[in-house]
Amino acid sequence: MYDFSYHNPKNVADAVSAMNEAEDGKFVAGGQTMIPTMKHRLASPSDIIDLRGIAELSGITVDGRGISIGAMTTHAEVAASSDVQAMIPALAALAANIGDPAVRNCGTIGGSVANNDPAADYPAAVIALGATVKTSKREISADDFFTGMFETALEEDELITAISFPKADAAAYMKFENPASRYAIVGVFVAKTGNDVRVGITGATPCAHRGMRLEEVLNSNFSADALESVEIPVAKMNADIHASAEYRAHLVKVMTRRAVAACS
Amino acid sequence: MAENGIGVSVRRKEDKRYLIGKGNYTDDINVVGQTYAIFVRSPHAHATINGIELAAAETSAGVVAVFTGDDLAADGIGPLICGVTVTSDDGEPHRAPAHPALAQGKVNYVGDHVAIVIAETLAQAKDAAEKVEVDYGILPAVTDTGSAADEGQQQIHEAAPNNICFNWPLGDKEAVEAAFASAHKISRLDLINNRMVTNPIEPRAVLGEYNTGTEEITLHLTSQNPHLHRLVLSAFNQLAPEHKLRIVAPDVGGGFGAKIFIYAEELVVGWACRKVNRPVKWTSDRTEAFLSDAHGRDHVTSAEMALDKDGKFLALRVMTTANLGAYISTFGTMVPSYLYAFLFAGQYTTPLIYSEVKAVFTNTAPVDASRGAGRPEATFMLERLVDVAAADMGLDPVEIRRRNFIPVDAFPYQTPVVQCYDSGDYHAALDKALALADYDGFGARAEEAKTRGMLRGIGLSSYVEACGIAPSAAVGQLGAGIGLWESAQVRFNPTGNVQVFTGSHSSGQGHETTFAQLVTELLGVPIEDIEVIHGDTAKTQFGMGTYGSRSMAVGGVAIAKACEKLIAKGKKIAAHALEAAEGDIEFADGNFTIAGTDKAMSIAEVAFNAYVPHSYPEDLEPGFDENAFFDPLNFSFPGGTHICEVEIDPETGVVEIIKYSAVDDFGKLINPMIVEGQVHGGITHGVGQALLEACHYDSEGQLITASFMDYAMPRADNVPSFDIDYAPTDPPDNPLGVKGCGEAGAIGAPPAVINAITNALGVKHIDMPATPEKVWRAAQGAA
Ligand SMILES: Cc1cc2nc3c(=O)[nH]c(=O)nc-3n(C[C@H](O)[C@H](O)[C@H](O)COP(=O)(O)OP(=O)(O)OC[C@H]3O[C@@H](n4cnc5c(N)ncnc54)[C@H](O)[C@@H]3O)c2cc1C
Repeated sequence: MYDFSYHNPKNVADAVSAMNEAEDGKFVAGGQTMIPTMKHRLASPSDIIDLRGIAELSGITVDGRGISIGAMTTHAEVAASSDVQAMIPALAALAANIGDPAVRNCGTIGGSVANNDPAADYPAAVIALGATVKTSKREISADDFFTGMFETALEEDELITAISFPKADAAAYMKFENPASRYAIVGVFVAKTGNDVRVGITGATPCAHRGMRLEEVLNSNFSADALESVEIPVAKMNADIHASAEYRAHLVKVMTRRAVAACS
Repeated sequence: MAENGIGVSVRRKEDKRYLIGKGNYTDDINVVGQTYAIFVRSPHAHATINGIELAAAETSAGVVAVFTGDDLAADGIGPLICGVTVTSDDGEPHRAPAHPALAQGKVNYVGDHVAIVIAETLAQAKDAAEKVEVDYGILPAVTDTGSAADEGQQQIHEAAPNNICFNWPLGDKEAVEAAFASAHKISRLDLINNRMVTNPIEPRAVLGEYNTGTEEITLHLTSQNPHLHRLVLSAFNQLAPEHKLRIVAPDVGGGFGAKIFIYAEELVVGWACRKVNRPVKWTSDRTEAFLSDAHGRDHVTSAEMALDKDGKFLALRVMTTANLGAYISTFGTMVPSYLYAFLFAGQYTTPLIYSEVKAVFTNTAPVDASRGAGRPEATFMLERLVDVAAADMGLDPVEIRRRNFIPVDAFPYQTPVVQCYDSGDYHAALDKALALADYDGFGARAEEAKTRGMLRGIGLSSYVEACGIAPSAAVGQLGAGIGLWESAQVRFNPTGNVQVFTGSHSSGQGHETTFAQLVTELLGVPIEDIEVIHGDTAKTQFGMGTYGSRSMAVGGVAIAKACEKLIAKGKKIAAHALEAAEGDIEFADGNFTIAGTDKAMSIAEVAFNAYVPHSYPEDLEPGFDENAFFDPLNFSFPGGTHICEVEIDPETGVVEIIKYSAVDDFGKLINPMIVEGQVHGGITHGVGQALLEACHYDSEGQLITASFMDYAMPRADNVPSFDIDYAPTDPPDNPLGVKGCGEAGAIGAPPAVINAITNALGVKHIDMPATPEKVWRAAQGAA
């Protein structure tokens, strides 16, 4: 790890101004991605702005339409939240299966979503549930947020404050785990609200995205069998030592089918 | 039976300190004035070094010194050695290219050692290491085992034409050819034994200190065999004379073979601490462990079995190419030769066996022993081939094994491949395993699974292995530079408690408990009064260390022999003290008694008497402290049958192990709980090889599985709760009747798992690791 200056702001405004004053600053949330990257000397920020002291970024609130989760809420807190379990059980289950207990007790929803790892779980849920990412500057819809591999719509000095998820009638997440890292080789989140079905897919491609063709079919016939005819474009899939593009494309369909079955 | 003696599942004495955080591992040790070392490693698999620019590193903040291979050579240090000679088919010893501890003009794998940077802090050492500028001339890399010796391949070492280290034939080629020519059926199988990274949880580390007053170097390091480290570093690497070199391997957090070897970092740190006259510490990080710990396995094999019309094995022919990596590690030559082909008979009466092993160099990390070492490779080849033969003959896998088992009355059994098996009852183990696995009920379970769209498979593996390594005469004849006896000293203190010094060394096996159980059984001293001491060359007598499931089978016997000597001496002392004839003294339950009387002395009283010899005659030596060496007459041969039942989701290729039954013959069990733990760990290791662990180098020689994000180690949820039983026999050559149990699971499990998968899919073979994608593809083909 290289030397850096450490900041411990107590509110969002101070965090943002610390970032603006820094030469090459980075926010740190749970540190589960950031710290290993720094230890491996792959990142060398001049300043670290620790978000853990900012009370307003934590906590889960519910209203009639959905649930809002503060950026600094840990995976363990989301998994254990009775509100999340009651309103969107698939989201609690997703959080409960991220990494290991140490990761879940440190890692945060804001960090995960801001990082936009192509194999992370939350992005699939954010997309499928049509969530809104609330930041220090604005509100960004899920469809506009994830822009590329490890890239998002966030600006340098913009931080996520909360993510609000509208309630779905039915939702399910199916994750095919990488046997080594246990991140998603393919993860598919299906959410159904009224007659509107949304499918969020992670792991399969460089950036989490909506499964438009799958949605189209499911919107007219919400059943696992209906998916048989959908063509998953192999050429767009990731390929690595763990899974070829062809296998990933196959898994997208299988995981979607299973998620749909779990919804009904 | 003593209260905590042989056969009792005594709780591990050592666990208290581990559980309360008082374990003392090498990296836990810090000394005054300590500096930190970082090794500059090659980022290229194969390159010439055209120049090294050190100035920027040397002047970097906090730097104490920077050294390269030239500095080592100038002091006459190194190179690293290989301890076992294998004779190639041209009658010449194996080709042994120089293995410098710091590169000299050339690097041969990613992670190869180029320079050492020593600084006041670890961060300063890392900063300076980034400033060492090496001018590399990149050469094409050889990474593929099967084609490493092909015509036209890039040459790695001048001393090893065609990248061949040795070509080692074993057996009667013509006789085997004749048997194949007249066989009823020939079964064939090509397979790969996948390369593995051993990955003990504690990474390697070394802390070197030089004392200018005593001129002694002390190396704290992660070793399974501290005296072997001292011997090699002294006699072959010229680090320091043996009496001026102390090796301390404190608590060792797992070894599984990877901490047997004498590594470059250990030699260089040992040399550097004297050079800079400061303590120097190096601790591997996990990435370095992946890159530079010796790896295991990595074979490409073609095997053929000739059968008669009844399914009896007539002859076996095996052609293997074994990857040694870039250099020969300490025992690199022995693993794919003697520890491999000598096991080709397995549990069977196959009368004729011929094999050729071609050992090749590649631009990958050195390959050496890893849990099982050679025996897992032999067993996987044979037990897979037997299943293929069963299918070819239309026989059940159980039936073909039964027809070919060495019968119980044939022991000791001389195999056609050197080894003479001590004891075994293979039918008994198989019968028990079949019952434990409910083999007969499998059909119904498979049917039920089918209704859920799942594929069930069952597979067995009847393995034999050679443990208790090893008779010195046998290994000497084969070309080993060492003997493989073990030593012990059992010392009574005047107050009656006991210190047991053993040349074995625990890397987690529980020696402090099992050896104490042995002593309490033999001497009747309460177990809490017995302390086992190991791992420090300044404390214990020369010993050979722990590997090859040898600690109880060889080291334990040495302890027993020392105990016998104490009893003999105690009889003399008791006779003198009780004024009786020596011949009238009996020893039992910790007491020396005059036969037929109630006049007795406890062994503690005898010990005190021995140290307060106020009236001893001239021929009675004071003191109560004996040592013993034991050189086994033969290897020991554990064996057994493992049965694995899997369920495959054909839609995803995910394999779940539903049930795993293991019946092993380990001879006598000293501590059944510890044995069970070894079996669980061993099987899990084997499941890791069969389903998960793939060590991948790309064609440029980059290790692309250099972290746990990409290298899949088995976890608790990858294995079921095991069903374990034993079918012990009594090995006549081992005085304690023990065989060894540390590697059996890693040997028995891989073919059992793969046989279950091929059974479920109805395919001939699937290479390890059977990852979901491979299984899915096979399921597509099969459907
Ligand atoms: C062993 C291990 C296993 C894991 N397994 C999984 C898994 O199975 N599935 C999965 O999805 N993830 C997994 N993760 C990732 C983990 O769950 C975290 O979500 C992830 O590391 C990021 O969260 P964090 O809070 O630790 O963020 P940090 O590491 O602190 O930050 C990550 C990035 O986000 C930025 N950032 C953080 N918070 C904010 C904010 N509020 N606004 C703007 N930018 C911000 C930081 O600047 C940084 O660039 C795993 C991680 C580990 C170490």
